[in-house]
Amino acid sequence: MNFLESVRIAFRALAANKARSLLTMLGVIIGVAAVILLVGIGTGVQDEVTGSIEGLGSNLLFVLPGQFDSPTGGQPTPPSRQFTIEDAQYIERRVSGLDAVVPVIQGGATIKSGNRSMRVVVAAATEQGNEVFSATIEDGRHYRRSEVQAASRVVALGASVTRQLFPGQDPLGKSVTIQGQRFTVIGHYQAQGGGFGGDQDAQVYMPVTTAQRVLGVDDIGTIVVKVSDSEGIDRAKADILRVMKPRFGDEITVFSQEQTLGILSDLLGTLTYMLAGIAGISLLVGGIGIMNIMLVSVQERTREIGIRKAVGARTYDILSQFVIEAVALSVMGGGIGIAIGWGGAKILSASTPVPSEVTPWAVAMAFFFAFGVGVFFGVYPAYKASKLDPIVALRYE
Amino acid sequence: MPTDPATPRVVLETRDVIKTYFLEGIEVNALRGVSLTIREGEMVSLMGPSGSGKSTLMHIVGLLDTPTSGQVVLENVDASTMSANQLAELRNRYIGFVFQSFNLLPRTSALANVELPLVYSGVSGSERTRRAKAALERVALANRLGHFSSQLSGGQQQRVAIARALVSNPSIVLADEPTGNLDSKSGIEVMAMLQELNAQGITVVVVTHDDRIARHAQRVVRILDGRIQSEEIVRQRIQAADELRDLPAEEVAG
Ligand SMILES: Nc1ncnc2c1ncn2[C@@H]1O[C@H](COP(=O)(O)OP(=O)(O)O)[C@@H](O)[C@H]1O
Ligand SMILES: [Mg+2]
Repeated sequence: MNFLESVRIAFRALAANKARSLLTMLGVIIGVAAVILLVGIGTGVQDEVTGSIEGLGSNLLFVLPGQFDSPTGGQPTPPSRQFTIEDAQYIERRVSGLDAVVPVIQGGATIKSGNRSMRVVVAAATEQGNEVFSATIEDGRHYRRSEVQAASRVVALGASVTRQLFPGQDPLGKSVTIQGQRFTVIGHYQAQGGGFGGDQDAQVYMPVTTAQRVLGVDDIGTIVVKVSDSEGIDRAKADILRVMKPRFGDEITVFSQEQTLGILSDLLGTLTYMLAGIAGISLLVGGIGIMNIMLVSVQERTREIGIRKAVGARTYDILSQFVIEAVALSVMGGGIGIAIGWGGAKILSASTPVPSEVTPWAVAMAFFFAFGVGVFFGVYPAYKASKLDPIVALRYE
Repeated sequence: MPTDPATPRVVLETRDVIKTYFLEGIEVNALRGVSLTIREGEMVSLMGPSGSGKSTLMHIVGLLDTPTSGQVVLENVDASTMSANQLAELRNRYIGFVFQSFNLLPRTSALANVELPLVYSGVSGSERTRRAKAALERVALANRLGHFSSQLSGGQQQRVAIARALVSNPSIVLADEPTGNLDSKSGIEVMAMLQELNAQGITVVVVTHDDRIARHAQRVVRILDGRIQSEEIVRQRIQAADELRDLPAEEVAG
């Protein structure tokens, strides 16, 4: 008997028990949808965070409040005090060999223009921000010192933001709403393309003082320091730690850009795997559901198996019939689960601040995992069926 | 064995077949040494009371079961040393089964039921459908191709089973109490069908406890307590077609 014939027999059997087939698939559907959605969220968060760091330029040091045991991770001690803009000014006055000392706030926000809206990363700094953010102005200008001092509601847009909110239009001078407050667009940037996965173009730039008001924070997150030349990085790091010691003691950490990126993407990668693992467990439960139903099905169809064997079905024919049934359940469930997970991720990122990004990798993995679940949990019941003694099977009531 | 042109060739032969079951430590000697020869074109009845070992014998000659000792030779192939898969292939090629309880697949059309042996012999597509239709025509069910077994009467179901037994042109059709679950008229119809097929050259073995059914065959082998007790050629063979003709007219629609 050929493979196609086995597939036909399997589908006929599944169609004969539609409600049961659907309920069995539901386990896999939920499992796969959960994998797709949670991995999508993990990937989306990772992209947003790494993208926002890569958006910063080179020769940079990041000064963070709090103590990190080692640069490669470890337990951070919660900082007892956050930075203010004044701390940045203090470093600038006391440490030499620096091109710029920039207090930075980064945070997610929603930007709107008319009925169009988009989820963006707000990158806020002083007028020296263009020293540390690598974006290049396409048209218009960066915000000025006076606008930082006055906390003016002016904003410059990343390329994706321009494209999304003002397709085919010149955004300069237009007004947009960020977190419900009106801003004037003073400039927009050239497209930079993604770094390793992050969309740096989905950022908007505004004065740090403005961002404090819009996001409702007094502190600043990070002080970014641009060192004049790369030889001076280690010395600058030591100097910063030294001058800040009277204020923060040991509760201050200076990372280079590479370190920061490595730590964060490791951390978020682990988080994504964890989410995938949790969702994978529900897929496993779905697989057990398939096995359970297949065992019941083999039991119920003992006589059918006897009939098939009597007229010439070989062990392989029965085995493949039941394995294909199990795999058909898991693969159809997988397909539906992928559609639901994908749709859910799209809806989630469109309607909530939670970023999510469904990658082909995650889809392929979920699909093959579902397939594997079908094979793994289908083989045992199918094996049992194929080994039935034809006489015993025919006598079964 | 010397081939005598007058006697047809042997299709199936058992040599000293013994079957012993062990039920909770107790030996049940279902067959105690059965040697049987079936020749091409014969219609033979295996007759005996309930529990005498008829079904056990039929399952063994049908290669559904294996003897505890002894040999089964089908079409000059000794089945004793065959694997389960080889036996399945032999059954598929040489044997057609008709069971007391029909054993059709539920929720499956008559046509698909008849196609089943061909599915496993690798006949596909239109050829398979054509042959299954032809077999259903032979049992006068050409107008019931798409009916499910549950939509057919017992007699019709048994005829579907006969069509399934025929469809792969087997060497022998084995029928175990084929009329056991049928009313007398349907039973006669089924016997008429088996006789007609036998007249067309198919070898038929009918297992029955009913003397009257047994006498539809040319030869009756009597089984008692797992042994062949006697064999006889039926002198006044009952022709089911005649019986049908003698039935009251209004009952013969069907
Ligand atoms: N699977 C089995 N296990 C144990 N004993 C069996 C089994 N099948 C048949 N027998 C016994 O073998 C004997 C012959 O049975 P069977 O061949 O079914 O008789 P018949 O078909 O002539 O009524 C009976 O005593 C029956 O109980
Ligand atoms: Mg019996």
